[in-house]
Amino acid sequence: MDDSLKPSRRAFLRGSAAVAAGTVAGGAAAQGAPDPLITELQDWASFTGVGVDETPYGLPIQFERDVVRRNVPWLTASPISSINFTPIHALDGTITPQGCAFERHHSGAIELSKADYRLMINGLVDRPLVFTYEDLERFPRENHVYFCECAANTGMEWAGSQLNGAQFTHGMIHNMEYTGIPLRTLLQEAGADMSADKWVYVEGADASSNGRSIPMEKALDDVLVAFKANGEALRMEHGYPVRLVVPGWEGNMWVKWLRRIEITDMAVESREETSKYTDVYEDGVARKWTWVMDAKSVITSPSPQMPITHGTGPLVISGLAWSGHGKITRVDVSTDGGISWQTARLGKQGDSKALTRFYLDTEWDGSPMLLQSRAMDETGYVQPTKDQLREVRGENGVYHNNCIQTWFVNEEGIAENVEVS
Amino acid sequence: MSKFLNLYLPAAGGTALILGSAYGLSTRGYQDDTVAALQTQLEQKEVVVADASAQAAALDAQVAEMMAANEELLARAAAGGGLTDPAPVTEVAYGLGRPALDEEIAAWDVDVLPDGRGLPVGSGDVWTGEELFVDNCAACHGDFAEGVGNWPVLAGGFDTLADEDPVKTVGSYWPYLSTVWDYTHRSMPFGNAGTLSDDDTYAIVAYILYSNNLVDDDFTLSNENFLDVEMYNADGFVVDDRDVLEYAQWRAEPCMENCKDSVEITMRASVVDVTPEDDMAEEASAAHSMSDDTAPAEESAEAENVQASADPALIEAGQGVFRQCSSCHQIGENARNGAGPQLNGILGRTIGGVDGFRYSTVMADAGAAGEVWEAENLTAFLMDPRGVMNGTKMAFRGLRSEEDAAALLAYLQSMGAE
Repeated sequence: MDDSLKPSRRAFLRGSAAVAAGTVAGGAAAQGAPDPLITELQDWASFTGVGVDETPYGLPIQFERDVVRRNVPWLTASPISSINFTPIHALDGTITPQGCAFERHHSGAIELSKADYRLMINGLVDRPLVFTYEDLERFPRENHVYFCECAANTGMEWAGSQLNGAQFTHGMIHNMEYTGIPLRTLLQEAGADMSADKWVYVEGADASSNGRSIPMEKALDDVLVAFKANGEALRMEHGYPVRLVVPGWEGNMWVKWLRRIEITDMAVESREETSKYTDVYEDGVARKWTWVMDAKSVITSPSPQMPITHGTGPLVISGLAWSGHGKITRVDVSTDGGISWQTARLGKQGDSKALTRFYLDTEWDGSPMLLQSRAMDETGYVQPTKDQLREVRGENGVYHNNCIQTWFVNEEGIAENVEVS
Repeated sequence: MSKFLNLYLPAAGGTALILGSAYGLSTRGYQDDTVAALQTQLEQKEVVVADASAQAAALDAQVAEMMAANEELLARAAAGGGLTDPAPVTEVAYGLGRPALDEEIAAWDVDVLPDGRGLPVGSGDVWTGEELFVDNCAACHGDFAEGVGNWPVLAGGFDTLADEDPVKTVGSYWPYLSTVWDYTHRSMPFGNAGTLSDDDTYAIVAYILYSNNLVDDDFTLSNENFLDVEMYNADGFVVDDRDVLEYAQWRAEPCMENCKDSVEITMRASVVDVTPEDDMAEEASAAHSMSDDTAPAEESAEAENVQASADPALIEAGQGVFRQCSSCHQIGENARNGAGPQLNGILGRTIGGVDGFRYSTVMADAGAAGEVWEAENLTAFLMDPRGVMNGTKMAFRGLRSEEDAAALLAYLQSMGAE
């Protein structure tokens, strides 16, 4: 039974003795005495299980209850204005289940019903309009899979390795299939001025309002006004009933509880696009309007929360890659800290601005490894090292850290977040 | 699905299978009416098997046609990258929605542009601003805008932007005054957003400018002199230049072999040791390996006793009310002081009695006089904080009803002793 639950990270850090014993015991059952799980009649093979309707909306089985979003309390003053992290270390494939997809609120998640929902479009338009939720469902809609990454993902790692786990270093990301209306359809409906020098200012219904300015070119390209994710209604924490989806661009622009769209002739320069989500570099000058999330990847297993427990032999190294510029075309993996690289096998290929899964199917001989992954996208961009980023930007920034991540895996299979020369 | 129909036509095996397949396909949305009609006929045993068979064959043909069309659509969608074909682009409006009324636009369109467009007529001076700031903002931002705990610092930090940890305040970093006014007016105070009047907002912004030495103490900010204020870091920003400084260099075929001579570990996260403990995994692991629930039984019995007398519905309602409080106050296990003191054991606690919290004078005085929070005075305070405790730092306008107060007190009590 114990094998069905992954040992905790802390158990590993305490020492490998118990884990090693567990591994041996598992093996012994197969090699020596017959495995009682096979030879003895088990309860679940004899008694009946639970009936239908036991959980009208199902949750993961109890053995998976450690696969949850987690917070780093010292990061922020209050959980009302804070962030947590997707357990990417424990997931596979590419789609993030809504229930464990990271949350970021500026004034808390609000309960806004469809009946109380209104969306206004005004400013430089021929017809200022108000839509109900029902109205939105009558426009032609599309389905797309996109990643949403907070600009601060990996932001705690600028000055050095800090957090021990892919969930904490790279978990401010999720990837869902959205159902929504192209923003351009709504702009057209209102007779908006869609000339290239115009801006689309969007804001939410929550107390923070989280207003952001989007240049018209992007607004007309692929932005969605979305109301479903992974086939079901958005969760409250992701902006129920309607949020903006801004493919490939920083998560802060994906305004939740979207209540107003205004066409303006200049950027509003709201709090979220001046005092926050701007990047201060070494000389004190800051970059603004750094919207695109550059190509990035991380090995999710093995990783500090996902040590190797099976000993030597076949090992699947797995991870995620993504680019706000389009498709991932290649991921290379190094086991020696970047001296040599092997090209990984990509999972389903072809989604633009969506997570791509990669695998390197290899043999582990039990010697220590320095694991790295390096993504390339369709523009030819190669994910940089931390030193390359620091050379251009220094260490003062918070956002847009897309450096190559290193995990040190020791002889016992325990992994740690490290930085290498 | 096909088994369902077989029950009705046990003798006509072959035909039933054909019908069954038609029914199965129909559940995907094709020809529902026809199939429903078929079903009725079957139930009444009036079906002429040959006719039904012919209809089913026709259905199959239609379905095959639709499936082929659908596959073509899917292939086109796959080529386009999305899961659906693009939504049609039309020049004609759909005619959905309704015109937005002027009053509605005025209520929601309150943003202020960097050139001052959107500012309402009004004004406020530094001294008025200071009073308002202490009442509404200081609990988080400090009396002098210096920031409390992890809350934002609003003043100072000049000439730190090139340091390793830049102090990004309104004074040192924010490039536009319009942003300060808009954000304060619209999204502050935290937990009570949108309640400041236009003049109050001008006054508070004037005080923030004063606390950053950007204006003198006799300054009055108004819509008329708004653009005259020079922000310290107005020229401190450049538009994203990654394409020049980064993309140009980093779009190249990467090295695959012998990329460096050696590799050393230069830094380890375990040395910093700031990663939260994995309590959930521990708990899951413990629960999983435990053969029965003997250990927690005592605890849960105790918990039941504590809550036995309280009304669960009232407590739950109170939990909802508490959301208004939770941006500043914590309660329960591990509750700490935040912008407001932690509330464990609040009923029966000396007023102003939590160690390490900096209370207002009025609270501290009440505590020194031996006053204790009880249902009655706490209800009165929560209904009208500043009316009852003139000078409190609690920036909360008060609960809306006695019912809310009763629910909140039940919740506070249910969260137990210290």
